[in-house]
Amino acid sequence: MKISEIVDVLNARVVCGSDKLNTEVRYAFASDLMSDVLTLDTENLMLVTGLANLQVIRTAEMADIFCVVFVRDKKATPEMKKIAEENNIVILESPYSMFRAVSVLHDCGLQPVY
Amino acid sequence: MQFKYDLEGGNFSRAGHASSEVKKILKQLNVDARIIKRIVVALYEGEVNVVAHAHKGVVMVDIDEKRIYIRIEDEGPGIPDINLAMQEGFSTASASVREMGFGAGMGLPNIKKNTDQLNIESEVGKGTVLEMTTMISS
Ligand SMILES: Nc1ncnc2c1ncn2[C@@H]1O[C@H](COP(=O)(O)OP(=O)(O)O)[C@@H](O)[C@H]1O
Ligand SMILES: [Mg+2]
Repeated sequence: MKISEIVDVLNARVVCGSDKLNTEVRYAFASDLMSDVLTLDTENLMLVTGLANLQVIRTAEMADIFCVVFVRDKKATPEMKKIAEENNIVILESPYSMFRAVSVLHDCGLQPVY
Repeated sequence: MQFKYDLEGGNFSRAGHASSEVKKILKQLNVDARIIKRIVVALYEGEVNVVAHAHKGVVMVDIDEKRIYIRIEDEGPGIPDINLAMQEGFSTASASVREMGFGAGMGLPNIKKNTDQLNIESEVGKGTVLEMTTMISS
């Protein structure tokens, strides 16, 4: 599904990367544990997380994750936004709980990693 | 080509700085994206370990046509039992490290998985040296 559709179904705010909303996403992984995210070797992966700190963006950078969704209304800081922009990472903020966000995305056809 | 980066224990906002720079360099060298990912994921976990477990450290990087050699040397408590530390799930990380999204005991095993050659030496009360070598072209 396209990032623009994800924005719609999650009622999300686009923090950065609004020029990349046409990109297709195939897989999603939901975790607050960056060490687990760093063990994945899936391509075309989106991260859904309730942890909002700079290390989440660094993790996305190293793991080639091009879209990060913060749930539970967690906010990206200006520094997180800056590093995401430098690395062409899209950041979305959704007011939904993790469970609700994940259910909606699954219903829309996003695939789990395992 | 050689590069050097300083690491600061406890400073999570700086963790990933060296990995980010190395990623840019490898991209410029047109190294395969999957190989870059392996290298920078391993380096990043190494950086996080210095930040989470040690006082300060230095990353030295040496790149030639065939391979990248990375040495992460820190001043810190050292690792008393390296075999135990290498096991998935073993962690002495503090609550504050876990709040940052790390400290699940997956770092060292993941570093091992993502490097062609890993060597760890450690002296309790002094510090730890990680040496990682990965081929960048066949
Ligand atoms: N640079 C280091 N200095 C001291 N101890 C370390 C260092 N790196 C790893 N360790 C020890 O090895 C354990 C396992 O490391 P790791 O697999 O990266 O998991 P984690 O960092 O999540 O605890 C750590 O909890 C710590 O006890
Ligand atoms: Mg670690």
